[in-house]
Amino acid sequence: MIPELGHFALILALLLAGLQAFFGIAGPQLARDRWAAAVAPAVAGQFVMILTSMACLAYAFVTFDFSVRYVAENSNSALPLMYRIAAIWGAHEGSLLLWIFLLGCWTLAVAIGSRRLPPRFAARVLGVLGLISFGFLLFTLLTSNPFLRLEPPAPDGRDLNPLLQDPALAIHPPMLYTGYVGFAVAFAFAGAAMLEGRLDQAWARWTRPWTTAAWAFLSGGIALGSWWAYYELGWGGYWFWDPVENASFMPWLVGTALIHSLAVTDKRGLFKSWTLLLAILAFSLSLLGTFLVRSGVLVSVHSFAADPARGVFILIFLCVIIGGALALYAWRAPLLKSQAGFELGARESFLLFNNILLVIAAATVFGGTMAPLIADTLGLPTLSVGAPYFNPTFLLPMLPLLALAAIGMHAGWKRGRLSEKRRGLLATLCIAVAVALAVAFGVFSTTRVLTPVGLALGSWIVLSSLIEPVDRWRRKLTLSRSVLGMTIAHIGLGVFVIAISSVESFTLERDAALARGESAKLGAYEFRFDNLTPIQGPNYDGVRGEIAVQRNGKPVVVMHPEKRRYWVQNSVMTEAGIHTRWGSDLFVALGEDLGAGRWSIRAQVRPLIDFIWIGAFIMGLGGAVAASDKRYRAATSVADASLSSAAKEPVV
Amino acid sequence: MTPRRRRLVLVLGILAGVSIAGALALSAFRENVMFFFDPSQVAAGAAPAGQRFRLGGMVTKGSVQRTPGSLEVRFVVTDFNHDVPVRYTGVLPDLFREGQGVIAHGRIDGSGTFVADEVLAKHDEKYMPPPVKKSLKQGQA
Repeated sequence: MIPELGHFALILALLLAGLQAFFGIAGPQLARDRWAAAVAPAVAGQFVMILTSMACLAYAFVTFDFSVRYVAENSNSALPLMYRIAAIWGAHEGSLLLWIFLLGCWTLAVAIGSRRLPPRFAARVLGVLGLISFGFLLFTLLTSNPFLRLEPPAPDGRDLNPLLQDPALAIHPPMLYTGYVGFAVAFAFAGAAMLEGRLDQAWARWTRPWTTAAWAFLSGGIALGSWWAYYELGWGGYWFWDPVENASFMPWLVGTALIHSLAVTDKRGLFKSWTLLLAILAFSLSLLGTFLVRSGVLVSVHSFAADPARGVFILIFLCVIIGGALALYAWRAPLLKSQAGFELGARESFLLFNNILLVIAAATVFGGTMAPLIADTLGLPTLSVGAPYFNPTFLLPMLPLLALAAIGMHAGWKRGRLSEKRRGLLATLCIAVAVALAVAFGVFSTTRVLTPVGLALGSWIVLSSLIEPVDRWRRKLTLSRSVLGMTIAHIGLGVFVIAISSVESFTLERDAALARGESAKLGAYEFRFDNLTPIQGPNYDGVRGEIAVQRNGKPVVVMHPEKRRYWVQNSVMTEAGIHTRWGSDLFVALGEDLGAGRWSIRAQVRPLIDFIWIGAFIMGLGGAVAASDKRYRAATSVADASLSSAAKEPVV
Repeated sequence: MTPRRRRLVLVLGILAGVSIAGALALSAFRENVMFFFDPSQVAAGAAPAGQRFRLGGMVTKGSVQRTPGSLEVRFVVTDFNHDVPVRYTGVLPDLFREGQGVIAHGRIDGSGTFVADEVLAKHDEKYMPPPVKKSLKQGQA
């Protein structure tokens, strides 16, 4: 009964989404304000229906309803409650429902937050969001319904993929999807502006907090996923340039370009059509990400579901949404001429180069990700593209970007006068270079050129970000939330760059075959394999190793890596032993029984690796702070928004 | 600079940047792409000698041999038409099993053994790397 209720609620949600799309887009277009007024109730109704649907699926999981196919495939009577909830988005059908649910949340938030916007514009935004929701609901109902019954019901479930039975992975998909789906809001604002044929600075101010918030979630989501891969499946790696990782990274790169371009549109009324294009691109890449991950077309460690028939629907949907948006763009963009100019050293130039470099980086990632697919389609030899391609091509645009970020923060709008900040910039650069050289050659004596370059750029960004806040603090001035957010996010970026440089340059790694009592040396550390004991969990059994680590003869820690065998799927999982010290990790994983009393053991020392994720979270935090600036919530009607923008806009 | 000239400089700069980046990306691509071959293609000599490539197929049942107590392991990868012996030193992935799909990165040595530096196993019960699936289907047909 309950699953049918969920199914029925989903159908009602589809109808309401259709109404929302129709009234939202047709109402303002035909100047029927009463149609437009029907949009908000449709949003609320749709949200209630999706929430009901979500609750029904959760109920089926919590109560072990194995007559529902999706539950039977992804749960088990021995699965703990937390993972039964997380199992909702453990596979394809449920993660689509999660996608729709999060879109419903964003739409509701936009409906509530847009009451100060001009009613016709707000209706158009909600209409575009309704259109997207309609497409996804239709897709779910036609190809991926999570409420289908099994006849006869399964006696017990096939269990959730053991890889996914992990706290970080329970929250990774919702967070990542919140970011993905959030770019739908930026896309809807762009769509509404194009339908209206008008885009002013007030538009950018309305769009900015939503885009920044989505970007913050995406940053956090990607970081969580990377952290999970590190300790759960990666044997110690944090990023594999896996197609599914790239699928989330490309929208992030373009989204980063978008929030910077929006700043220019907001403050100076420039880059209008470019901003629109980026908004379309960011959401298109989010959709493409969904398509890549969920159609199973890619050779990937992440592709749980493999069903190309679904891919065809998404492909059509992709063409309609992206093609429609680009056609609208081609028609409307010529209306959006920018009047103002700027000098080469002005902040606008720095942000322009930021955008160009980020888009180039996204393009190289895109090329590498799509090449195997394209080669396969054309019948060329099967090929694979990995880190040897991605690392250099990605770094190339990133290095100048980092240097420009350190300087660009201090450039003034319109005119490029750095003179008052020049001293601070030079001083911070000297400190950063000195520290980087000392660490790279003094402490670790590396021979790689990129090590000191990365360390110097990272520290320079951190120090340079601090110039402005310290200056304001000295003069007893306050910082606005948006400047504070920018500062925090840039510090996060610097920390992130330092961490990656350190991990890539100073990591020690070794596979060893050890019998009990034997030890393996790794730099100053010594890993001794002491013991191996059997263990028993709620839905698995296995062995737990005991590995004592010493540093220069002094005991540091005893670690307990595990090897688990999950009963239902009969799959073996490695639980690594990780010990964190000052953000550096000692990592030990049990391999397998090699015979003759020996086990294979992988030991790693990774300096500062935790700061990779800490840095990414600081970036996300900066985004959250910036999005909460009061400036974006100030009551603005169209009239005074365009008045004030006219007053601010310098005539050049 | 006049606005016109400035724009010209800007456009030229962007063009130069993009083309340099494109050229570098292409060359990186050409040097760093790995091709996939199945055992039949390897037997036919399609795999370039001395170059790294990906070998994919099924681990032959009963073929996994270890030197007891050492990290070295030998097994045979098959597509049911041809076999390729593989040697690997290191920790095998959790999902590596006899009779299951596998992809190995490495190169062929003088004696015709594939020396792997990385071994990837399929991800779960349902998942099989598409190229492996395809070549296995052709092998059985």
